[in-house]
Amino acid sequence: MCTDHGCASFIDKAYRCDQPEWAMPHQAEARLRVDEPHEDQLLERPTHLQHTKQPFPGYHQKMEVLLGITGKDFTIVASSKAAMRGATILKAQDVKQRQLNKSSLLAYSGEAGDTVQFAEYIQANTQLYSMRNEADLSPSAIAHFVRGELATSLRSRKPYNVNLLLGGLDPITLKPSLYWLDYLASLAPVPYAAHGYAQYYCLSILDKHHNPDIDLETGIKLLNMCTDELKRRMPIDFKGMTVKAVTKDGVIDIDFDDDKVVKSA
Amino acid sequence: MSYDRALSVFSPDGHVFQVEYAGEAVKRGTTPISSVEDSPTGLCYANGLKPTKGTCAVGVKGKELVVLGCEKKSTMKLQDTRITPSKIGLIDTHVCLAFAGLHADARILVDKARLEAQSHRLTVEDPVTIEYITKYVAGVQQRYTQSGGVRPFGISSLIVGFDKGSDVPKLYQTEPSGIFSAWKANAIGRAAKTVREFLERNYKEDMDREDTIRLSIKSLLEVVQTGAKNIEIAIMAPGKTVEMLPMEDIETYVKAIEQEKKEEAAKKKTGRTPGTGSAAILTRPGGSGSREMAGDWEWQKNGGVGGGAPEEYGIWRA
Repeated sequence: MCTDHGCASFIDKAYRCDQPEWAMPHQAEARLRVDEPHEDQLLERPTHLQHTKQPFPGYHQKMEVLLGITGKDFTIVASSKAAMRGATILKAQDVKQRQLNKSSLLAYSGEAGDTVQFAEYIQANTQLYSMRNEADLSPSAIAHFVRGELATSLRSRKPYNVNLLLGGLDPITLKPSLYWLDYLASLAPVPYAAHGYAQYYCLSILDKHHNPDIDLETGIKLLNMCTDELKRRMPIDFKGMTVKAVTKDGVIDIDFDDDKVVKSA
Repeated sequence: MSYDRALSVFSPDGHVFQVEYAGEAVKRGTTPISSVEDSPTGLCYANGLKPTKGTCAVGVKGKELVVLGCEKKSTMKLQDTRITPSKIGLIDTHVCLAFAGLHADARILVDKARLEAQSHRLTVEDPVTIEYITKYVAGVQQRYTQSGGVRPFGISSLIVGFDKGSDVPKLYQTEPSGIFSAWKANAIGRAAKTVREFLERNYKEDMDREDTIRLSIKSLLEVVQTGAKNIEIAIMAPGKTVEMLPMEDIETYVKAIEQEKKEEAAKKKTGRTPGTGSAAILTRPGGSGSREMAGDWEWQKNGGVGGGAPEEYGIWRA
């Protein structure tokens, strides 16, 4: 092989082939890698991302419900219990949430393997921070860290396909906060939030009824209004919700009646 | 050729001197060994450099707890002791580590251990066992005795805690060479020998919380002159994270111990109860830990001749 062009001619590598410098790889076609996407697949991707694989959220991923509501001294985070693959429900008691430290909670939806892998990676790093610094990261700090990780991931060969809600209470000011993140590394601090199809049903209800001064009880009522509407109008059974709240006493479990029947309109 | 320059070269009689120097750093605190004359293998410290004072740490196992005690370095007037890093640190919520030796080295070692603890949780979904993390720490220390361009950690550490779901206390020690060992009670650092001997005489199986803390503090008082102000106590119990004993509590223990010692001395003087010594904990006459160090030191300086041979101090009479 010649050192300049990778010519397949039998030339000792100390010698060079007689191609001029500017004649670039004349065997370029042979070097095309199998795992490079076909030209057609690249049309949708921005140029700087064209070497990466396009993450594509499947429909069943959008059917997973993530809800978040903040109030005057709490943040509620809720996630549906159904673990789905395509049209099949694999499990009805799935918990799509990880507690990161004393005062923050991460709910996730998206591609099956990616979600838990990514959430646990974030969890391990937040806990490592706590051990190293004898202080917890604030929800805002975690949110920005997560956004950075997702942004890096998005530009890799195999990005994480994960959507997240990060709820928490600032450990010092005790101010509740909620962050909406998606697999494209968008980050938005919001008073209430939803992911997937649930957005279409719940955001309007929350727009109408939410205000920042509500107490936990009202927050739970609001959440039930949302889930009732989902049961009424969404054409799938999401098998109930795991509901948790971050308060000044840490993360608490909140009872949710999975078996409540809501009549369709 | 001098064999104590390169880390990875044995001396003809089988020593790796850099490792032994690291052991000295643990015993003495931060002694800069800058020349061959300084070496502990040489006859004496020719430049007359006094080693800076190191500190001591103890670990004691009780029935369902394990206590770490630490001598705090006496601080300067303007230093803010509240936010100056301590020699006792958490590796994970259920593992606690105390070290003696070079602080700067310890920071790196502790950080590596913390990283491994979290990494272990991430990969196998279980917290590390105390033995595992001890092996890891010792493993890192060993690696730094066998590769080029590095020097060993000048650190001995006591690692304590409870494995997940277990209420059996664990106490391990690691050394700069990479050796690790399990103990019922042990001391490291300055005058560790004195404290260890004290523990050997006074350790009992299955001590309750009070007795374990008391023994830890009392053993430290053998070598710490300034009392409660310079002692730190950390307590680990099953299923709980570390509890740092408040200064006032330590003070109460110290006062009680000193009172007891006084009474003991008074009894001895009057000679009413010769030999029986009703107190639970035996003390050495004169009871000041600095003597061993001073003696040891003099002995080194005089090339093994003269007053303070360590053997003389090695025999304690109760």
